[in-house]
Amino acid sequence: MTDDSINAGRRRFLVGSTSVVGAAGVVGAAVPFVGSWSPSAKARAAGAPVRIDISRLQDGAILGPIPAWRGRPIFVVKRSAQALRALNEDPDRLTDPYSEEPEQPNYAQNEYRSRTPEILVLVGLCPHLFCSPTPHIELRPQSFDSQWRGGFFCPCHGSRFDLAGRVYSGSPSSRNMQVPPHMFEGSDVLIIGIDEENAA
Amino acid sequence: MSQLDKLKSPTEHGRFLSALIGLRDWVDARLPIMVTWKKHMSEYYAPKNFNFWYFFGVLSMVVLVIQLLTGIWLTMNYTPSAEAAFASVEYIMRDVEYGWMLRYLHSTGASAFFFVVYIHMFRGLMYGSYQKPRELIWVFGMAIYFVLMMEGFMGYVLPWGQMSYWGANVIVSLVGAIPVIGEDLLIWVRGDYLISGATLTRFFALHVVALPIVLIALVILHLLALHEVGSNNPDGVEIKKHKGPDGIPLDGVPFHPYYTMYHDLAGIVLFLFVFCAVVFFAPEMGGYFLEVANFQEANPLKTPEHVPPSWYFTPFYSMLRAATFPLFGLDAKFWGLVVMAGALVLPIVIPWLDKSPVKSIRYKGMASKFFLTIFIISFFILGYLGMQHPTPLRTLMSQVCTAIYFSYFLLMPWYTSVEKTKPVPDRVTMP
Repeated sequence: MTDDSINAGRRRFLVGSTSVVGAAGVVGAAVPFVGSWSPSAKARAAGAPVRIDISRLQDGAILGPIPAWRGRPIFVVKRSAQALRALNEDPDRLTDPYSEEPEQPNYAQNEYRSRTPEILVLVGLCPHLFCSPTPHIELRPQSFDSQWRGGFFCPCHGSRFDLAGRVYSGSPSSRNMQVPPHMFEGSDVLIIGIDEENAA
Repeated sequence: MSQLDKLKSPTEHGRFLSALIGLRDWVDARLPIMVTWKKHMSEYYAPKNFNFWYFFGVLSMVVLVIQLLTGIWLTMNYTPSAEAAFASVEYIMRDVEYGWMLRYLHSTGASAFFFVVYIHMFRGLMYGSYQKPRELIWVFGMAIYFVLMMEGFMGYVLPWGQMSYWGANVIVSLVGAIPVIGEDLLIWVRGDYLISGATLTRFFALHVVALPIVLIALVILHLLALHEVGSNNPDGVEIKKHKGPDGIPLDGVPFHPYYTMYHDLAGIVLFLFVFCAVVFFAPEMGGYFLEVANFQEANPLKTPEHVPPSWYFTPFYSMLRAATFPLFGLDAKFWGLVVMAGALVLPIVIPWLDKSPVKSIRYKGMASKFFLTIFIISFFILGYLGMQHPTPLRTLMSQVCTAIYFSYFLLMPWYTSVEKTKPVPDRVTMP
């Protein structure tokens, strides 16, 4: 017994179900291709903490951007008493003067954005487009800012940051520079990438 | 009967020719070579009033061939790794026979590609080549432009110089401006916490394999769509409206040989003179084609003083920087990305924004001429500003020019429908 008439309902069901199964197969097959772009085990391992000797860092001097953590430049600045006083003179010029955005660990959410007042530790990248800002840590007027109180200026897009890495209003960046997780070992050794909250 | 057939004679020479004809016919019985040749070359009728601006489509094909050829040869000596890439480029420049020439042809070719494509696009805007029924040609063309931008960007990263590295850093980090998923997406795109060798090798794969395949496919689609509807012309008159008794457009001439031999060949030769002059005498073009900082190897710890993108990206880079204030709770960086993406995507829909009853600028009204003029001027100013350090005045200028850029597109439905157009001739006009 044969029936040559077309069963439209069954045909629609077959086209629909094979399309769904096929699409699921494509999604499954895409997993290794998409996943392959994530950081490799080697890249993840290279993100280990780094130790820096800061015993010879003078007042008002900057170490870096020589040390790197996860391939990122790190700025370590020992701020002078004068620089610390100047930090919170004029909070109105800053976008986020009280560090309310989570750009730093909890222990650095204070008026100096640091664990100890003098030592500032920053990831030396502008949150705008990840250029590395140039340190201008002297407290004197600059061509880009006549009231410069020391800080960092990004040559790419003109973002300005104070000596606590806080961004000045009117900069392309709307966020402060990042403070990486860090801790001290005695007074001479700074470890970046690890602290009490973040294991390595 | 072709000319070859007439030459049949019993001499040895004739026997050779008839063997060739036999081979041609053998292939043609199995592959439609004759039909294809006629459809796209010898019996593709192009308007007879093409002018100077019509060289640049063919020239972009010439540059594509140059890029493919020199690119393949460069991969023979280039090493795609963060450790060896910079040295391998120096090896190509100093030790490989003719390596310097292949690289300069390729680097100059990149700039030449954008140069001819920008003029080609301007031609389209000027003569309304995107209007019905050529919308799809324009859309494919925009897709080609996007792929070219990706090719240009990723190609610039490969030498792994300072500008390669930091340019890649700035452009890739745009992904991070996307709310919520940005940060994770950024790590995924880079394959690391920062631009690294993993990023370099994936860019290499995309630059030399994936994107060229897409590019060639899009060029084929662009041409197939063009040959389906026929070429526009400086008058914006449809030549197919007036056909002779043989069904051939009265104002059309066979693309081959009239344009290939008598128009384009001269243009190609002239273009190659200029192109070779740049390759041999000014391949760096004072830092605009090959930037000074790129003669230093990539250093993740030191940003160059100034990171301008290649000249062909600078108008869009200016627009990215023009967004300097947060809006609706989203930061300025995100809006910069939105402005730049908008500036790139908006031209795609221009066929549906132009409400004018005429195609060519010759017959459009004053408003269209005015807006096209200030659009081009602002595009040039944005291009200049993108190469400069930002100052408050320059930022303001880039904001004004960005507004003009957008108004050209967004106000187009208005000014093209209210302006008074001139009557369009029935047939094409010759100068």
